[in-house]
Amino acid sequence: MAERLKATRKMKSIMKWYYIEAKYARYIGKKVAWITSGGPVEPLIAMNIIPVYPENHGAMIGASKMGGRMSEFAEGLGYSSDVCSYTKNDITSSITKESPIKGGLPEPDMLICSNNICGTVLKWYEIQARRFNVPLFIYDTPFVHTEFTDEARGYVNEQTKEYIKFLEKHTGKKFNYKKMQKVGKLSLEAMRLWKNVLETAEHKPSPMTAFDAFFHLALIVTLRGKKVVVKYYRELLKELEERNRNNIGAVDNEKYRLLWDNLPIWFRMRWLSEKFASHQAALVADTYTQAWCGVIDYIDENDFLGSMGEAYTRIHLNVGVDQMADAIKRFIKQYDVDGLVMHSNRSCKPYSFGQYDIQNLLQDEDIPVLMIEADMTDERKFSESQAEARIDAFMEVIKQRRK
Amino acid sequence: MISLGIDIGSLTAKAVLLEENNILEKHLIPVGYNSKKAGDKLFDELLQKAGIRQEDIGKIISTGYGRNSIDFADRAVTEIICHGKGIYFQMPHIRTIIDIGGQDSKVIVLDKNGNVANFVMNDKCAAGTGRFLDVMARAMETEIHEFGLLALQSKNPSKISSVCTVFAESEIISLVAKGENREDITSGIHLSIARRIASMVKRLGMIPPVAMSGGVALNVGLVDALENILETKIETTPF
Repeated sequence: MAERLKATRKMKSIMKWYYIEAKYARYIGKKVAWITSGGPVEPLIAMNIIPVYPENHGAMIGASKMGGRMSEFAEGLGYSSDVCSYTKNDITSSITKESPIKGGLPEPDMLICSNNICGTVLKWYEIQARRFNVPLFIYDTPFVHTEFTDEARGYVNEQTKEYIKFLEKHTGKKFNYKKMQKVGKLSLEAMRLWKNVLETAEHKPSPMTAFDAFFHLALIVTLRGKKVVVKYYRELLKELEERNRNNIGAVDNEKYRLLWDNLPIWFRMRWLSEKFASHQAALVADTYTQAWCGVIDYIDENDFLGSMGEAYTRIHLNVGVDQMADAIKRFIKQYDVDGLVMHSNRSCKPYSFGQYDIQNLLQDEDIPVLMIEADMTDERKFSESQAEARIDAFMEVIKQRRK
Repeated sequence: MISLGIDIGSLTAKAVLLEENNILEKHLIPVGYNSKKAGDKLFDELLQKAGIRQEDIGKIISTGYGRNSIDFADRAVTEIICHGKGIYFQMPHIRTIIDIGGQDSKVIVLDKNGNVANFVMNDKCAAGTGRFLDVMARAMETEIHEFGLLALQSKNPSKISSVCTVFAESEIISLVAKGENREDITSGIHLSIARRIASMVKRLGMIPPVAMSGGVALNVGLVDALENILETKIETTPF
């Protein structure tokens, strides 16, 4: 396999300092807001509030192979085994302080929750609001079955105003609209760069795989709106373009190209990446990391606040199955893939629920689809030998079709 | 040339020796806990049975869950491709294959040239696998080879509502306690697994003619139940 991307080290350092700053927020007079991964983070950045993502923490817990144990603890408290493992990891960590980060996440001063990614976050954030006794703001995004109506626009834009009032009330400061302009532009620029980064994978061989994207995603999720993100992705893009000029592929002798659907299986990243690479297959794109640049067209560069309601409402997980299938069809063509790998994720119902329907909608594409049953962090929900048998058989079919 | 196919499944290990297109010898043993040991034992016993030496064999292919533990194989291939090749070899007209294994059930669609066009496998749950039938036969105190015949005697199949192997077993015990007869309960069990397999077949899109491979193809009760649900004839391999 190609050498590790040089940018990786820089990324680790940025994330490290981000967590250190959050940890000592109180000492530097900053407030910490916990926020859901699809939540509107830009107003927080404009207000100098440090956003912290329990879901990003959940991914780290998964990658550190602590997820099964921590889910088990939450189940002992009475949470069902069917509850999302990010939720269970977070609840466990806030009690036991168990975490890949020493001492766990810095405690929140407020919670920001948007249900554009799922319904579970509502209950999850209510539980944590009670535990930490902090205010909770809910940004409620109506589901976009087919189209985004004017009523929906009015409804979310009203909440943007309430959100600003909430932040003013709990920081005791006036909202800085001028800074918001800048943050909005930077956020949009970061999304565009992220899109360019992902699109370098159109090249054959692909300079990166979805496994790289899962890693480099962290910044666009956590800190979009900050300059450091734009700078970082510019650098990463340069490195990937350089690889493309020299025809350096992430997978040795790339022969087959695959598309991944759903969150990663954080605790089996290396195993999966080596497994696919052993078949000369590169996962060149995925629907998950694309979600952070999928709504660029709905954002007005000169009026971020006024347009973000629509953008946050129309993200991949908050639209109907037909639109999800259309996105997949687009990626199949754009990245010229030979097969689709769907992770049926025990934790993430909104992502996994429509997968069989999507398969049916893809019938005209004549593309083999593999379903792997697992969970993003709970290794108790994964059987390696079963997954291996399915992946090997799937790759044999793809090879046979190519003949 | 003599060639050997060896399949280390989750429950049984099977091997077949082919000389050109004729079956020279076959052998089957339980896997136990060590698939590598089972492979060695199976190989030795088969050689003895056939009266040949290892050097006489030109090519060895391994498959099944333990395929990578067979270090004397020339190549390891998954069951999906092997079922496709095997059925195409014996019945080249077949387009859809159903196989119920110990841990996996699969439905495979072949193209006209016998290549695998698409396949589905069961989800992680054991319901709808051969293991389900094993557990249920034991609960009914029936030998597995009589299990299907018993199901065919029923006129009024019991309703088994649980889709979980463990819960279905206790459901059956309560049916026995209620005094429902063995034939009806057994038939209900067969219908329950057949419905599960049928939904996999429908998901993939059945192209007739359909065949069943693997050991469960010997279960006439299940073949019958599947034929009724899928409304198509199901052929089984002559061997």
